[in-house]
Amino acid sequence: MKRTIAVLVENRPGVLARVASLFRRRGFNIDSLSVGTTERDDISRMTIVVNGDERTIEQVVKQLNKLIEVIKVSDVSENSVHRELALIKVNAPPDRRGEIIEIANIFRARIVDVARDSFVIEITGDEDKINAFIDLMRQYGIKEVARTGVVSMARGSKVTLV
Amino acid sequence: MRVADAIVKALEKEGVEVAFGIPGGAIMEVYDALYDSSITHILARHEQGAVHMADGYARATGKVGIAFATSGPGATNTVTGIATAYMDSSPIIVFTGQVPRAMIGNDAFQEADITGITMPITKHNYLVTDEREVLRIIKEAFHIASTGRPGPVLIDLPKDVTQADIEFDYPDKVDIMGYKPKIQGHPRQIKRAVELIMKSERPIILAGGGVRISNAHREVLELAEKIPAFVVTTLMGKGAIPEEHPLCLGFIGMHGTKYGNYAIMDADLIIAVGCRFSDRTVGKFDEFAPNAKIIHIDIDPAEIGKNVRVDVPIVGDAKHVLREIIKLIEFKARKEWFEYVSELKRKYPLKYEFHEKVIKPQFVVEKVYEIFPDAIVTTEVGQNQMWAAQYFKVKYPRQFITSGGLGTMGFGFPAAIGAKVAFPDKVVIDIAGDGSFLMNIQELATAVDYGINVIVCILNNAYLGMVRQWQELFYDKRYSATRLRYPEMSFEKIAKGFGAHGITVEKPSEVEDALKEASEVDKPVVIDFHVEVEENVFPFVPPGRSLREVIG
Repeated sequence: MKRTIAVLVENRPGVLARVASLFRRRGFNIDSLSVGTTERDDISRMTIVVNGDERTIEQVVKQLNKLIEVIKVSDVSENSVHRELALIKVNAPPDRRGEIIEIANIFRARIVDVARDSFVIEITGDEDKINAFIDLMRQYGIKEVARTGVVSMARGSKVTLV
Repeated sequence: MRVADAIVKALEKEGVEVAFGIPGGAIMEVYDALYDSSITHILARHEQGAVHMADGYARATGKVGIAFATSGPGATNTVTGIATAYMDSSPIIVFTGQVPRAMIGNDAFQEADITGITMPITKHNYLVTDEREVLRIIKEAFHIASTGRPGPVLIDLPKDVTQADIEFDYPDKVDIMGYKPKIQGHPRQIKRAVELIMKSERPIILAGGGVRISNAHREVLELAEKIPAFVVTTLMGKGAIPEEHPLCLGFIGMHGTKYGNYAIMDADLIIAVGCRFSDRTVGKFDEFAPNAKIIHIDIDPAEIGKNVRVDVPIVGDAKHVLREIIKLIEFKARKEWFEYVSELKRKYPLKYEFHEKVIKPQFVVEKVYEIFPDAIVTTEVGQNQMWAAQYFKVKYPRQFITSGGLGTMGFGFPAAIGAKVAFPDKVVIDIAGDGSFLMNIQELATAVDYGINVIVCILNNAYLGMVRQWQELFYDKRYSATRLRYPEMSFEKIAKGFGAHGITVEKPSEVEDALKEASEVDKPVVIDFHVEVEENVFPFVPPGRSLREVIG
């Protein structure tokens, strides 16, 4: 079972190490982890996608809560917007560029860099959309992929705040 | 004011009377400040010893224990002590020196990343990078170490931070956004617990170390008498109820009493208070108390449902929650259950065979109990610890001090020193093994130096006894690396060499006299009891088995 956990933490050096160390020590599997600032300077937000059964997820949430610098832990798997950004460098010989641009347009991806025989394409979306796009790009030969990991936010007026 | 002076002043304001440690280059400013302080500093002979002393002091008093060490090896030597305190939720603060800020990360002389190293074994830790934060950090450290589920906190102090200058403006409040321990139990859960208790025909209370931490021993007794229910404890829970009380069934688990283990397996309701259902206590998780509903009261929500399924979780402080429960329950006679358990108690007492010529280790512990029933007892780890737990009947909380979670050999002796510093008028006895005692024997120098007159009773079987017992039972008696050969060695002479008193005892008839002699000598005493070498600890539930599968 995959769950997406939003974690608000104090913006201090070493917090990421504490969270990472906790996952390693307790044997939890991280699918992806992303960290960034929030509307407040002193608080950062981590989005962690974690894989495990119900009991494991419960422990993940409880153990995260025990860290002193963790302020709030919320499961945002359901009823949320999930987005990830990926940069894909793909082979783009002149005779196939048209096709690639067409596919990119269908996915609302953008070509952000053009070289003699390759593109860098930027795409945002949920994980499935990005996976599907990457799959389609394979036929042209992917040279490099960089993904940010998922960030999530509850739909509607519900907020994850301190 | 110099930061080092401010640190010491802050400790004085927190009521610190005693600290344990060893100086070194990176922490010299702090030691310089200690020179003029009202705080008594006990110079240990190894940093591990210093941390165990602070831990022993904390466990005996409930106050925060303080230890100091320098950077690098000084800091890394504290690791076992910190991990020991962490596993048993003991409130200590360890201050370590660190190389100056500009040198951090350069592999400077005596540099070690101690905050990185201790991250998984501290409740929280700090590397002070801004001298203006040091007082806030100390205030927070005391709060974090001593509240909620207590635990060790480490503060790493770069040398140039301790030399800097600040205003002494010690905060009187703490506000940590993400740390607000929950004290009151949820009323609806308490009501559900009461309903289960009233319905139960075979209730039992399982009391853990949390009872001592939250000072809830009176409530445990009151609850037990009011329901009424029998009480079993975990190893850490010894002292949650006087063990001679008719409702007490001793401690359960791998070497717990047979009647305690059988009773909890047959219960229909377990009221677990401040315990974490460790593998050593419950045996095989899926076969633990199959017919029982479980009420689990703990201040740490992460412990609830971690190892065993729980029917009614109550997050809160044991004392508060028990008080609420006591208010709502009524006495209900459970004659059948009481007769059944009383019969178990009669049928399966703790037993060993006394011998006229050879000293049985259990006999030594029985004598210690007979002569010093009020003594604070610490233990090492292994067979000595289990015999101490079985045969020393604890009367009051904080009387029995042992490394339960981490199982640290070498803990008992320095912990005894820490306890004796806290209670100089009490008899403090370390029940030791010959293997364990050697692991921190250097602290004899500390005990002699400060006249900290503890009594060490070595149950000397010339083996790493518990490992040998497992080899005998599970490895076909292949005693690989467990024989401790020292025909020429004498603990008596070693003790005397340190300036302590030493006694060697070889006959059962001399045991009592030796203990009496120890209590009359005005020195630390080491008694070397040459006990039966291949005596085993029984009863014994093999690892990973159900508590019903008891050997012996």
